[in-house]
Amino acid sequence: MWSYILKRLLHMIPLLLGVSLLTFLLMALSPGNYFTALLQNPQISPDTVARLKAQFHLDRPWYVQYVFWIKNVLSGNFGYSMAYKISATSLIMARLWNTFLLSFTALIIAWGIAIPLGVWAAVRKDSWVDHACSLFAFVGLSVPDVLLSLLALWFAAATGWFPVGGSESPLNDFLSPAQQFWDHVHHLVLPAIVLAASDLAGIMRRMRSCLLDTLRAEYVTAARARGLGEGWVIYKHALRNAINPLLTIFGYSLASLLSGAFIVENIMAWPGLGRLTVEAFFAKDSYLVVDSVVMATALLVAGNFVADLLLAWSDPRIRLK
Amino acid sequence: METTIAIVKTQPALSPWRLFWHRLRRRKIALTGGVTLIFLYAVAIFAGFIAPYRYDQISDNAFFHPPVWPRLQGFRLVVPRSEQMPGDFVYRQISNDTRPLHFFIRGGKYKLLGFIPCSLHLFGTGDDNYSVYLFGADQFGRDIFSRLLYGSQVSLSIGVVGILLSFSLGMIVGGISGYFSGWTDTVVMRFCELIMSIPALYLIISLRNVFPPGMSSSQVYAMIIVILSFIGWASMARVIRGMALSLREQPFILAARSLGQSHLKIICRHILPNTFSYVIVAATLSVPYYILGEVVLSFLGVGIQEPQASWGLMLNAAQNTEYMQRFPWLLAPGAAIFVTVLAFNFLGDGLRDAADTKSL
Amino acid sequence: MNLLEIKNLKMDFGTDADALRAVDGVSFNIGAGETVCLVGESGCGKTVTALSIARLVPTPPANYVGGEILLNGRDVLKMSSGELRSIRGGVVSYVFQEPGASLNPVFRIGNQIKESLKLHRPEKATNEEVIRLLKLVGIPAPESRIKNYPFEMSGGMQQRVMIAMALASEPKLLVADEPTTALDVTIQAQILELLSELKRRLGMAILLITHNLGIVGDMADRVAVMYAGQIVELSPAKELLRRPLHPYTKALMASVPKLHGTADRLSAIPGNVPRLGNFPPGCRFAPRCPIAKPECSDKLPELVEVEAGRFVRCPFWKSP
Repeated sequence: MWSYILKRLLHMIPLLLGVSLLTFLLMALSPGNYFTALLQNPQISPDTVARLKAQFHLDRPWYVQYVFWIKNVLSGNFGYSMAYKISATSLIMARLWNTFLLSFTALIIAWGIAIPLGVWAAVRKDSWVDHACSLFAFVGLSVPDVLLSLLALWFAAATGWFPVGGSESPLNDFLSPAQQFWDHVHHLVLPAIVLAASDLAGIMRRMRSCLLDTLRAEYVTAARARGLGEGWVIYKHALRNAINPLLTIFGYSLASLLSGAFIVENIMAWPGLGRLTVEAFFAKDSYLVVDSVVMATALLVAGNFVADLLLAWSDPRIRLK
Repeated sequence: METTIAIVKTQPALSPWRLFWHRLRRRKIALTGGVTLIFLYAVAIFAGFIAPYRYDQISDNAFFHPPVWPRLQGFRLVVPRSEQMPGDFVYRQISNDTRPLHFFIRGGKYKLLGFIPCSLHLFGTGDDNYSVYLFGADQFGRDIFSRLLYGSQVSLSIGVVGILLSFSLGMIVGGISGYFSGWTDTVVMRFCELIMSIPALYLIISLRNVFPPGMSSSQVYAMIIVILSFIGWASMARVIRGMALSLREQPFILAARSLGQSHLKIICRHILPNTFSYVIVAATLSVPYYILGEVVLSFLGVGIQEPQASWGLMLNAAQNTEYMQRFPWLLAPGAAIFVTVLAFNFLGDGLRDAADTKSL
Repeated sequence: MNLLEIKNLKMDFGTDADALRAVDGVSFNIGAGETVCLVGESGCGKTVTALSIARLVPTPPANYVGGEILLNGRDVLKMSSGELRSIRGGVVSYVFQEPGASLNPVFRIGNQIKESLKLHRPEKATNEEVIRLLKLVGIPAPESRIKNYPFEMSGGMQQRVMIAMALASEPKLLVADEPTTALDVTIQAQILELLSELKRRLGMAILLITHNLGIVGDMADRVAVMYAGQIVELSPAKELLRRPLHPYTKALMASVPKLHGTADRLSAIPGNVPRLGNFPPGCRFAPRCPIAKPECSDKLPELVEVEAGRFVRCPFWKSP
C-alpha cells in the first residue's frame, strides 16, 4: 500500500512541472502583456516601464522567466500581481481556498444525494421512482451550468431568500465571528447547489447502472443461494462492489466540478480561482493567469490522488496486486 | 457412419450494423432526440430564410421589446403595432392598428448556405413599424428569434466540426500509440495526461490567451474550434489507445501480421474499425461539451464578438439580474442550448444502449 | 417421500406473445443420498431447472406457468420469501460453474464462509469451524488461507472454497452446476473425487449438471438427459451407459471420441440445437435424428416408462 502511495506521489511531481511549463509557454506566446497597456499610458515614462520589466524579469526569454518563477513558487512566493498591486501569494491563496470550499461542498452535496438515489432507482428498477430519476438525470445533465447559474441569480433576486452572488455581504467585517460564518454559509448555498446539480445527475446514473450490473453477477446469485436476505445481498455484497467503478470516475467528477466552478464563480461572482483567471486575463496579467491555472491543476491532481487512494483502499485487488 | 446434414429452418442472421439499427429503432427516446437534431440542423442551414430579420438589424425604438406574436383576425394572421411608453423600455400594443403577416416575403439580404445571395424570408410584415418579435428584442432592439437562428449556425456547427477534428486526431494518435506501444506510447500518454490534468475551462482560457484579442469573426470561429479540439482529442486518444492495446493481442491481428500486412493497414483496417461503436457513442455525447465550450467563451466576451450572433454571446445580456427579471425572454438562448444538449443526450444514450448487445 | 420431486415444471422467459418456453414439462425425483446427473447441451434448460429448485431464477423475466417443485413435501414455487431463505443453504446448496465469479471479490474467504455459518448454524460461526470445513474440502494450510481474497487462489482452490461454503450450512441436497467445466482436466478429477467422498461421508444427495458424459459413469446413480427444454431419457446410470435407448442419447455417446478401436471419422450430430422459441413441431430432435420418420414431426411424444425405472421420450426406442 505504501509503495503504491509513494509511486503516485512521485508521479504527481513531473505532472505539475509539465503543466506549469505548458501554461508558461502558452502565456509567453500571447501577444502583448500588462506592460503594453502601461506603455500607452502617457503618465508613465518608458524608463519606469523598462525598470519594472527588468525587476520582474519580463525582459528575458521565457524559459529564463520560467526558472525564476519555479524558484519563487517553491519558496512559496507567487510574486507580485501587477494588476491588483498586492502580493500575488495572498491573493492566490485566498482564491484557492474559496474554489476548494465551493468545489468540496458541491462534491459532498452531489455524491451525498446521487448515491442513495442511484441505489434506490436500481433496486426499484422500472418503477415510477426509476423513471422519475431517469428523467431528472436527463434534464440535469442537459441544463448548461451557464443557464442554471443565471436562473439561480434570478431566483435569488426574485425571492430575496439568498444573496445575489458574492461570497460575503458588504457588512461582513462588522459582524461577529458566528454571524460571519453564517453569512459565508448563506452565500455558499446557491453556488454550491448549482455546481452540484449537473454532476449529480451523471453520478446517479452511473450508480444505478453499476449496481444493476453488479446485481447480475454470479456471486450475487451465489449469495442469495446461501439464504442471505435480499437487503443484505444488495447493501453488503452488491453495493460494496458497485462502488468501485464509481470511484474510478471520481477523478472525472472532480475535473468537471472544477471546470464547472469556473463558470459558476464567474457568473455568481464567487471569488475563486476561476474568477481570478478571467480577471487576470482581461488585465493581461499573465503571471497571475499562470499561477491561477497551475493552482487549479494542483487541486485537480490532489483530488485525483485522493480518489486513487480511496479506490486502492476499497478494492483489495488493486491494493495487493 | 454417413451423416446427412439436416436442413432446419432458422431466422436469417443479422449483420452487426442491421442489428444495431433494429435495436436503435426500438428506442423511442433516441429517435426523438435524433429527429429533434435533424430539425435543429435543418433550421440552422436555412436560418437566413426562416428568420424575419438580419442578425444585426438594430431598431432604435425597440430596446428590450417584449415578444410580439401574430394574432388571428378572421382568417388572416396580423401583427399589431407597438408604441414605446415613457419610462425605461416599456411598450404598449395598439391592437386595432395591424398589418397582415405575409409568407415568402422579400426582406433583408442574406447569403443562403454562405454564398447564395437571397432576400426571400419565410414570413414577415414588410413594414418595420409592425415588427414581429417572436422571442422579443435584445438590448439593441434586434430580434432575438432571428439572432437565435443565426446563432444556431455557429453553435451547432462548432460542435460537429470540433468533434470531427478532435476525434479523428484522437483516433489516429490513440491507435498508433496503443498499437506500437513502447516509447511512443509512453510519451504520447504522458502528454495526454498533462492536457487532461488541467481543468478544461482553465486550459481554454490559457489557449485563448495565445491569440490576439481583436480578430475577424471567421478567425474567431476557427480559433474556437482549434482550442476546443486541442482539449478534446486527449481523452479520446487515451481510450482508443486502451482499446488498441488490448485488440493488439487478439489472434486476428497476429493473423494479419503473418499475412504480411503493413502496420498502417492493420491499424486502419483492423484496429480502428473495432472502436467505431465506442467512438460514435462518445462523439454524440461529447458534442454538447463543445457547444458549451463556445458558449462559455462567447459569454465571457472572448469568443464570438458583436455584432455576430452566438447563443453564448446572447446570454451575456441576461447577466444583469435586473434585466433578467424584467425581460425574461433574454434567456431564450439558454432554452435553445438546453433543448440541443438534451437531444444529443437522448440520442447518445439510445446509441449506447443499442450498441450494448448484452442488455435487452 | 423423496427429498426432491419436480412435477411437470413449465417455465417461460417473457410474457404473452413474446414468451419463450425454456422448461417444458420437466419431471424427475431425487431421493435422500442419491446422486442424479442432469445431462444436456448448452441451452437445453438444465441450469434453469436446477436454479428453480431454490427459486433463484429472477422473475421477471422468468415466469413459472405450471408444475410443482416439492422439496421435503413443500412446493418451492409457493413458498414465502422467509421460507425460501430458510431452505436456501439449509436444505439445498449450490456450487456454480465459475468459482472465481461466484465468490465476492472484495471480501476474504474466511469471512464469506463465516457469513453462511452465522446464518444457518450460528453456534458454530467460529474460525475453528471454518478451518475444519476447509480441511474437509482438502485445502492445505487452512489457517493461513482464511485471510485470503478469492483472487489470491487458483481455480481449483476457489472451487473447493465454494464447496466448503455450500457445506457450511449442512444441506440435504447439493446442486452442482457444471462444477468442473471451468477447470483443468487434472483438477476436474480431484474435484469430482472430492464430491464422491463427501457424498459418502455426509450422505448428501447431489444433483450434478454436466454436458460431459464421461463424468456420469463415475458419479451418478441415475441420469436424466435433457433436450430443448424437455427430458428425453431418464434411467439408472449403469443401464443408460450400457444400453442407451433414446436416439439423442445414443448419438451423444457415439460422439465421445474413443482411444481404442480402429481410427474412424468422428461422428457428430448434424444440425444445431434449436433456439428458444424456434422449436420444430412434434419431436424436437426429429430434424437431427438418424431414425426420424414422417410421423415424428406430427405429435410430440410422451415420456413413457418402457422398462423398470427407464423412461424414454421416443416411440421408436427399440430401433438399433
